[in-house]
Amino acid sequence: MSTITLHRREVLGSVMAERGDTLFVSGLGSTTWDLASFGDRPENFYLWGAMGNAAMIGLGIALARPDRRVVVITGDGEMLMGMTSFSTIGAKHPSNLAICVIDNETYTETGRQPTATGRGTDLAAVASACGFAKTAMIRTEIEAKNLSRLLFREPGPVCAVVKVVDEDLPMSVPPRDGGYLKTRFRIGLLGEQTAVQP
Amino acid sequence: MDEHWSAAAHHHLKAAGVKQIGYVPDGGLRLLIERCLGDNEIETVMCATEEEAVGLAAGAWLGGQKSAVLMQSSGVGNTINAIASLISSANFPFFAIVTMRGQWGEGNPWQVPMGQAVVPTLEAVGVKTFLAESPDAVEMMIESGLRMAYSTDTPVAVLVGQKVIGSKVWTAGKAVNQ
Repeated sequence: MSTITLHRREVLGSVMAERGDTLFVSGLGSTTWDLASFGDRPENFYLWGAMGNAAMIGLGIALARPDRRVVVITGDGEMLMGMTSFSTIGAKHPSNLAICVIDNETYTETGRQPTATGRGTDLAAVASACGFAKTAMIRTEIEAKNLSRLLFREPGPVCAVVKVVDEDLPMSVPPRDGGYLKTRFRIGLLGEQTAVQP
Repeated sequence: MDEHWSAAAHHHLKAAGVKQIGYVPDGGLRLLIERCLGDNEIETVMCATEEEAVGLAAGAWLGGQKSAVLMQSSGVGNTINAIASLISSANFPFFAIVTMRGQWGEGNPWQVPMGQAVVPTLEAVGVKTFLAESPDAVEMMIESGLRMAYSTDTPVAVLVGQKVIGSKVWTAGKAVNQ
Protein backbone atom coordinates (compact mmCIF):
# COMPACT_ATOMS: atom_id res chain seq x y z
CA MET A 1 0.00 0.00 0.00
CA SER A 2 1.58 3.25 -1.14
CA THR A 3 1.34 6.50 0.83
CA ILE A 4 -1.71 8.63 0.10
CA THR A 5 -0.79 12.09 -1.20
CA LEU A 6 -3.72 13.41 -3.26
CA HIS A 7 -6.03 16.13 -1.92
CA ARG A 8 -9.74 15.77 -2.70
CA ARG A 9 -10.56 19.38 -3.56
CA GLU A 10 -7.45 19.75 -5.74
CA VAL A 11 -8.20 16.60 -7.72
CA LEU A 12 -11.90 17.35 -8.12
CA GLY A 13 -11.24 21.04 -8.73
CA SER A 14 -8.90 20.19 -11.59
CA VAL A 15 -11.71 18.48 -13.55
CA MET A 16 -14.60 20.83 -12.82
CA ALA A 17 -13.69 23.21 -15.67
CA GLU A 18 -14.68 20.38 -18.03
CA ARG A 19 -17.98 19.42 -16.40
CA GLY A 20 -20.17 21.39 -18.84
CA ASP A 21 -23.81 20.48 -18.27
CA THR A 22 -23.03 17.22 -16.43
CA LEU A 23 -25.69 16.21 -13.92
CA PHE A 24 -24.21 15.53 -10.47
CA VAL A 25 -25.36 13.59 -7.44
CA SER A 26 -23.25 13.88 -4.28
CA GLY A 27 -23.24 11.51 -1.32
CA LEU A 28 -24.07 12.92 2.09
CA GLY A 29 -21.32 14.56 4.12
CA SER A 30 -17.90 15.42 2.76
CA THR A 31 -18.67 14.88 -0.93
CA THR A 32 -21.69 17.17 -0.71
CA TRP A 33 -19.44 19.87 0.80
CA ASP A 34 -16.87 19.14 -1.95
CA LEU A 35 -19.38 19.52 -4.77
CA ALA A 36 -20.83 22.70 -3.28
CA SER A 37 -17.33 24.18 -2.94
CA PHE A 38 -17.04 24.38 -6.73
CA GLY A 39 -20.15 26.53 -7.01
CA ASP A 40 -23.82 25.80 -6.50
CA ARG A 41 -25.81 25.01 -9.66
CA PRO A 42 -29.22 23.47 -10.46
CA GLU A 43 -27.58 20.42 -12.02
CA ASN A 44 -26.23 19.40 -8.59
CA PHE A 45 -28.45 17.14 -6.48
CA TYR A 46 -26.83 17.08 -3.04
CA LEU A 47 -27.75 14.37 -0.59
CA TRP A 48 -28.06 15.28 3.07
CA GLY A 49 -29.21 11.80 4.03
CA ALA A 50 -30.13 8.48 2.36
CA MET A 51 -26.71 6.99 2.98
CA GLY A 52 -25.98 4.24 0.47
CA ASN A 53 -28.36 5.53 -2.20
CA ALA A 54 -26.24 7.97 -4.22
CA ALA A 55 -25.24 5.53 -6.97
CA MET A 56 -28.79 4.30 -7.52
CA ILE A 57 -30.14 7.86 -7.74
CA GLY A 58 -27.51 8.37 -10.41
CA LEU A 59 -28.72 5.27 -12.23
CA GLY A 60 -32.34 6.48 -12.22
CA ILE A 61 -31.29 9.82 -13.73
CA ALA A 62 -28.98 8.15 -16.25
CA LEU A 63 -31.75 5.82 -17.49
CA ALA A 64 -34.24 8.68 -17.72
CA ARG A 65 -31.81 10.90 -19.62
CA PRO A 66 -29.49 8.83 -21.82
CA ASP A 67 -28.61 12.04 -23.67
CA ARG A 68 -26.90 13.51 -20.58
CA ARG A 69 -23.79 12.55 -18.63
CA VAL A 70 -24.46 11.71 -14.99
CA VAL A 71 -21.67 11.70 -12.39
CA VAL A 72 -22.07 10.50 -8.81
CA ILE A 73 -19.43 11.81 -6.38
CA THR A 74 -19.49 9.97 -3.11
CA GLY A 75 -17.35 8.79 -0.23
CA ASP A 76 -15.95 5.38 0.61
CA GLY A 77 -18.31 4.87 3.56
CA GLU A 78 -21.38 5.82 1.52
CA MET A 79 -20.33 3.55 -1.34
CA LEU A 80 -19.63 0.65 1.01
CA MET A 81 -23.17 0.94 2.32
CA GLY A 82 -24.55 0.90 -1.23
CA MET A 83 -22.10 -1.67 -2.58
CA THR A 84 -24.85 -3.93 -3.92
CA SER A 85 -25.69 -1.18 -6.39
CA PHE A 86 -22.40 -1.93 -8.19
CA SER A 87 -23.93 -5.28 -9.12
CA THR A 88 -27.19 -3.68 -10.28
CA ILE A 89 -25.44 -0.96 -12.28
CA GLY A 90 -22.99 -3.44 -13.79
CA ALA A 91 -25.91 -5.54 -15.01
CA LYS A 92 -27.85 -2.54 -16.37
CA HIS A 93 -24.70 -1.08 -17.94
CA PRO A 94 -25.63 2.57 -18.55
CA SER A 95 -23.04 4.15 -20.84
CA ASN A 96 -23.68 7.67 -19.49
CA LEU A 97 -23.06 7.03 -15.77
CA ALA A 98 -19.81 7.50 -13.87
CA ILE A 99 -19.21 7.03 -10.16
CA CYS A 100 -16.33 8.82 -8.49
CA VAL A 101 -15.48 7.55 -5.01
CA ILE A 102 -13.43 9.99 -2.96
CA ASP A 103 -11.75 7.45 -0.70
CA ASN A 104 -10.05 8.73 2.45
CA GLU A 105 -10.54 5.37 4.19
CA THR A 106 -12.51 7.17 6.89
CA TYR A 107 -16.06 7.80 8.09
CA THR A 108 -15.20 11.50 8.21
CA GLU A 109 -18.45 12.99 9.51
CA THR A 110 -18.88 10.62 12.43
CA GLY A 111 -15.47 11.09 13.98
CA ARG A 112 -12.94 9.70 11.54
CA GLN A 113 -13.43 6.03 12.24
CA PRO A 114 -11.65 3.76 9.74
CA THR A 115 -13.56 2.16 6.85
CA ALA A 116 -12.92 -1.20 5.25
CA THR A 117 -11.30 0.43 2.20
CA GLY A 118 -8.16 0.84 4.31
CA ARG A 119 -8.35 -2.78 5.38
CA GLY A 120 -8.61 -4.65 2.12
CA THR A 121 -11.73 -3.59 0.22
CA ASP A 122 -10.83 -2.20 -3.21
CA LEU A 123 -14.01 -0.52 -4.50
CA ALA A 124 -12.65 -0.18 -8.05
CA ALA A 125 -11.97 -3.91 -8.10
CA VAL A 126 -15.50 -4.58 -6.82
CA ALA A 127 -16.97 -2.44 -9.60
CA SER A 128 -14.79 -4.20 -12.13
CA ALA A 129 -15.91 -7.60 -10.87
CA CYS A 130 -19.52 -6.41 -11.25
CA GLY A 131 -19.02 -5.73 -14.95
CA PHE A 132 -18.38 -1.99 -15.11
CA ALA A 133 -17.07 -0.92 -18.52
CA LYS A 134 -14.16 1.01 -17.01
CA THR A 135 -12.69 1.24 -13.53
CA ALA A 136 -9.63 2.97 -12.13
CA MET A 137 -7.81 3.31 -8.83
CA ILE A 138 -6.19 6.75 -8.75
CA ARG A 139 -3.31 7.31 -6.32
CA THR A 140 -0.90 9.69 -8.08
CA GLU A 141 -1.04 13.06 -9.81
CA ILE A 142 -0.23 11.37 -13.12
CA GLU A 143 -3.15 8.95 -12.68
CA ALA A 144 -5.37 11.87 -11.65
CA LYS A 145 -4.88 13.40 -15.09
CA ASN A 146 -7.20 10.68 -16.41
CA LEU A 147 -10.05 11.66 -14.11
CA SER A 148 -11.72 14.18 -16.40
CA ARG A 149 -11.86 11.66 -19.26
CA LEU A 150 -13.12 8.94 -16.94
CA LEU A 151 -15.89 11.03 -15.44
CA PHE A 152 -17.09 12.97 -18.46
CA ARG A 153 -16.21 11.09 -21.65
CA GLU A 154 -15.33 7.42 -21.16
CA PRO A 155 -18.24 5.09 -22.07
CA GLY A 156 -19.76 3.85 -18.82
CA PRO A 157 -20.53 2.59 -16.44
CA VAL A 158 -17.32 4.01 -15.01
CA CYS A 159 -16.05 3.76 -11.45
CA ALA A 160 -13.04 5.91 -10.53
CA VAL A 161 -11.78 5.61 -6.97
CA VAL A 162 -9.50 8.44 -5.86
CA LYS A 163 -7.39 7.76 -2.77
CA VAL A 164 -7.14 11.04 -0.85
CA VAL A 165 -5.59 12.17 2.40
CA ASP A 166 -7.86 12.49 5.41
CA GLU A 167 -7.90 16.22 6.14
CA ASP A 168 -10.01 18.94 7.70
CA LEU A 169 -11.53 21.19 5.06
CA PRO A 170 -13.94 24.09 5.29
CA MET A 171 -17.58 22.98 4.96
CA SER A 172 -19.21 24.51 1.93
CA VAL A 173 -22.88 24.24 2.73
CA PRO A 174 -25.38 24.07 -0.15
CA PRO A 175 -29.16 24.41 0.25
CA ARG A 176 -30.52 21.63 2.48
CA ASP A 177 -34.21 21.76 1.54
CA GLY A 178 -34.65 18.51 -0.35
CA GLY A 179 -37.87 19.60 -2.02
CA TYR A 180 -36.16 22.74 -3.31
CA LEU A 181 -33.12 20.84 -4.58
CA LYS A 182 -35.36 18.30 -6.32
CA THR A 183 -37.60 20.87 -8.00
CA ARG A 184 -34.68 23.10 -8.98
CA PHE A 185 -32.93 20.13 -10.58
CA ARG A 186 -36.10 19.19 -12.50
CA ILE A 187 -36.76 22.75 -13.67
CA GLY A 188 -33.18 23.00 -14.92
CA LEU A 189 -33.47 19.72 -16.79
CA LEU A 190 -37.09 19.69 -17.96
CA GLY A 191 -38.17 23.31 -18.01
CA GLU A 192 -40.57 24.87 -15.54
CA GLN A 193 -43.83 23.78 -17.17
CA THR A 194 -42.95 20.07 -17.30
CA ALA A 195 -41.15 20.11 -13.96
CA VAL A 196 -43.93 21.55 -11.87
CA GLN A 197 -46.98 20.33 -13.82
CA PRO A 198 -46.01 16.82 -14.92
CA MET B 1 -62.56 -11.23 -13.99
CA ASP B 2 -60.69 -14.18 -15.43
CA GLU B 3 -57.43 -12.50 -16.29
CA HIS B 4 -54.65 -12.41 -13.69
CA TRP B 5 -54.41 -9.08 -11.83
CA SER B 6 -50.99 -8.46 -13.35
CA ALA B 7 -52.63 -7.60 -16.70
CA ALA B 8 -54.59 -4.75 -15.18
CA ALA B 9 -51.59 -3.68 -13.10
CA HIS B 10 -49.40 -3.50 -16.18
CA HIS B 11 -52.12 -1.60 -18.06
CA HIS B 12 -52.43 1.03 -15.33
CA LEU B 13 -48.67 1.43 -14.93
CA LYS B 14 -48.52 2.15 -18.66
CA ALA B 15 -51.54 4.44 -18.61
CA ALA B 16 -50.01 6.47 -15.79
CA GLY B 17 -46.81 6.91 -17.81
CA VAL B 18 -44.50 4.79 -15.68
CA LYS B 19 -41.17 4.38 -17.50
CA GLN B 20 -38.91 2.73 -14.91
CA ILE B 21 -39.56 -0.31 -12.73
CA GLY B 22 -37.16 -1.24 -9.94
CA TYR B 23 -37.82 -4.68 -8.53
CA VAL B 24 -36.66 -7.58 -6.47
CA PRO B 25 -38.39 -10.78 -7.62
CA ASP B 26 -41.19 -12.44 -5.68
CA GLY B 27 -43.37 -15.39 -6.61
CA GLY B 28 -46.46 -13.22 -6.32
CA LEU B 29 -44.96 -10.65 -8.70
CA ARG B 30 -43.69 -13.12 -11.29
CA LEU B 31 -46.33 -12.46 -13.95
CA LEU B 32 -46.25 -8.68 -13.53
CA ILE B 33 -42.45 -8.64 -13.73
CA GLU B 34 -42.61 -10.78 -16.89
CA ARG B 35 -45.07 -8.33 -18.46
CA CYS B 36 -42.78 -5.41 -17.64
CA LEU B 37 -39.69 -7.25 -18.91
CA GLY B 38 -41.50 -7.86 -22.17
CA ASP B 39 -42.47 -4.20 -22.59
CA ASN B 40 -40.02 -2.15 -24.66
CA GLU B 41 -41.44 1.12 -23.33
CA ILE B 42 -40.56 0.30 -19.72
CA GLU B 43 -37.00 0.20 -18.37
CA THR B 44 -36.73 -2.57 -15.79
CA VAL B 45 -33.99 -2.60 -13.17
CA MET B 46 -33.41 -5.81 -11.26
CA CYS B 47 -32.13 -4.71 -7.86
CA ALA B 48 -30.02 -6.66 -5.40
CA THR B 49 -31.91 -5.18 -2.47
CA GLU B 50 -35.15 -3.20 -2.28
CA GLU B 51 -33.40 -0.15 -0.87
CA GLU B 52 -31.76 0.33 -4.26
CA ALA B 53 -35.16 0.60 -5.93
CA VAL B 54 -36.02 3.57 -3.72
CA GLY B 55 -32.94 5.45 -4.90
CA LEU B 56 -33.74 4.50 -8.48
CA ALA B 57 -37.26 5.92 -8.10
CA ALA B 58 -35.91 9.25 -6.85
CA GLY B 59 -33.39 9.38 -9.69
CA ALA B 60 -36.04 8.58 -12.28
CA TRP B 61 -38.16 11.47 -11.02
CA LEU B 62 -35.18 13.85 -11.04
CA GLY B 63 -34.63 12.82 -14.65
CA GLY B 64 -38.27 13.43 -15.57
CA GLN B 65 -39.72 9.91 -15.44
CA LYS B 66 -42.32 8.18 -13.33
CA SER B 67 -41.42 4.86 -11.79
CA ALA B 68 -42.77 2.05 -9.65
CA VAL B 69 -41.15 -0.33 -7.18
CA LEU B 70 -42.19 -3.99 -7.09
CA MET B 71 -41.23 -5.98 -4.02
CA GLN B 72 -42.29 -8.59 -1.50
CA SER B 73 -43.33 -7.55 2.00
CA SER B 74 -40.01 -8.74 3.47
CA GLY B 75 -38.27 -6.19 1.26
CA VAL B 76 -40.20 -3.33 2.83
CA GLY B 77 -37.90 -3.67 5.82
CA ASN B 78 -34.94 -2.93 3.57
CA THR B 79 -36.47 0.31 2.26
CA ILE B 80 -37.39 2.20 5.41
CA ASN B 81 -34.45 4.56 5.86
CA ALA B 82 -34.27 5.29 2.14
CA ILE B 83 -37.97 6.15 2.06
CA ALA B 84 -37.74 8.28 5.21
CA SER B 85 -34.54 10.14 4.46
CA LEU B 86 -34.91 10.52 0.70
CA ILE B 87 -38.52 10.17 -0.50
CA SER B 88 -40.23 11.78 2.50
CA SER B 89 -37.47 14.28 3.25
CA ALA B 90 -37.51 15.72 -0.27
CA ASN B 91 -41.23 15.18 -1.03
CA PHE B 92 -40.65 12.80 -3.91
CA PRO B 93 -43.65 11.03 -5.39
CA PHE B 94 -43.28 7.28 -4.86
CA PHE B 95 -45.36 4.27 -5.84
CA ALA B 96 -44.82 0.65 -4.81
CA ILE B 97 -46.66 -2.61 -5.30
CA VAL B 98 -45.98 -4.96 -2.39
CA THR B 99 -46.94 -8.62 -2.51
CA MET B 100 -47.70 -9.78 1.00
CA ARG B 101 -46.36 -12.62 3.08
CA GLY B 102 -46.83 -13.26 6.76
CA GLN B 103 -50.46 -12.33 6.60
CA TRP B 104 -53.57 -14.34 5.70
CA GLY B 105 -52.87 -18.08 5.62
CA GLU B 106 -49.09 -17.83 6.03
CA GLY B 107 -47.39 -21.15 6.72
CA ASN B 108 -43.83 -19.96 7.35
CA PRO B 109 -43.31 -18.44 10.80
CA TRP B 110 -40.20 -16.55 9.64
CA GLN B 111 -42.41 -14.44 7.33
CA VAL B 112 -44.90 -13.32 9.94
CA PRO B 113 -43.06 -10.59 11.91
CA MET B 114 -42.04 -8.52 8.86
CA GLY B 115 -45.33 -9.15 7.10
CA GLN B 116 -47.20 -7.82 10.11
CA ALA B 117 -44.82 -4.84 10.34
CA VAL B 118 -45.34 -3.64 6.75
CA VAL B 119 -48.22 -1.27 7.42
CA PRO B 120 -46.94 0.33 10.65
CA THR B 121 -43.39 0.81 9.30
CA LEU B 122 -44.48 2.24 5.95
CA GLU B 123 -47.02 4.53 7.58
CA ALA B 124 -44.41 5.65 10.12
CA VAL B 125 -42.17 6.99 7.33
CA GLY B 126 -45.00 8.71 5.50
CA VAL B 127 -46.21 6.11 3.00
CA LYS B 128 -49.97 5.71 2.52
CA THR B 129 -50.81 2.01 2.34
CA PHE B 130 -53.83 0.40 0.66
CA LEU B 131 -54.46 -3.31 1.18
CA ALA B 132 -56.14 -5.08 -1.73
CA GLU B 133 -57.76 -8.40 -0.97
CA SER B 134 -59.40 -9.14 -4.32
CA PRO B 135 -58.20 -8.83 -7.93
CA ASP B 136 -60.73 -6.05 -8.55
CA ALA B 137 -59.42 -4.14 -5.55
CA VAL B 138 -55.84 -4.58 -6.81
CA GLU B 139 -56.78 -2.98 -10.11
CA MET B 140 -58.71 -0.12 -8.53
CA MET B 141 -56.02 0.63 -5.94
CA ILE B 142 -53.17 0.57 -8.45
CA GLU B 143 -55.02 2.98 -10.73
CA SER B 144 -56.01 5.34 -7.92
CA GLY B 145 -52.73 4.88 -6.03
CA LEU B 146 -50.69 5.94 -9.05
CA ARG B 147 -52.88 9.01 -9.45
CA MET B 148 -52.47 9.93 -5.79
CA ALA B 149 -48.71 9.38 -5.83
CA TYR B 150 -48.06 11.45 -8.91
CA SER B 151 -50.73 14.13 -8.51
CA THR B 152 -49.99 14.89 -4.88
CA ASP B 153 -46.30 13.93 -4.45
CA THR B 154 -47.39 11.42 -1.82
CA PRO B 155 -45.63 8.08 -1.29
CA VAL B 156 -48.15 5.28 -1.87
CA ALA B 157 -47.90 1.50 -1.51
CA VAL B 158 -50.55 -0.93 -2.72
CA LEU B 159 -50.33 -4.14 -0.73
CA VAL B 160 -51.50 -7.20 -2.64
CA GLY B 161 -52.86 -9.51 0.03
CA GLN B 162 -52.43 -13.25 0.30
CA LYS B 163 -56.11 -13.72 -0.41
CA VAL B 164 -55.21 -12.58 -3.93
CA ILE B 165 -51.83 -14.22 -4.46
CA GLY B 166 -52.39 -17.35 -2.36
CA SER B 167 -50.27 -18.75 0.39
CA LYS B 168 -47.71 -21.50 0.40
CA VAL B 169 -48.59 -24.65 2.31
CA TRP B 170 -45.46 -26.33 3.63
CA THR B 171 -45.39 -30.07 3.87
CA ALA B 172 -42.42 -32.39 4.20
CA GLY B 173 -40.48 -32.48 0.95
CA LYS B 174 -42.36 -29.80 -0.97
CA ALA B 175 -44.13 -26.49 -0.86
CA VAL B 176 -47.29 -25.95 -2.85
CA ASN B 177 -49.18 -22.77 -3.63
CA GLN B 178 -52.79 -22.74 -2.53
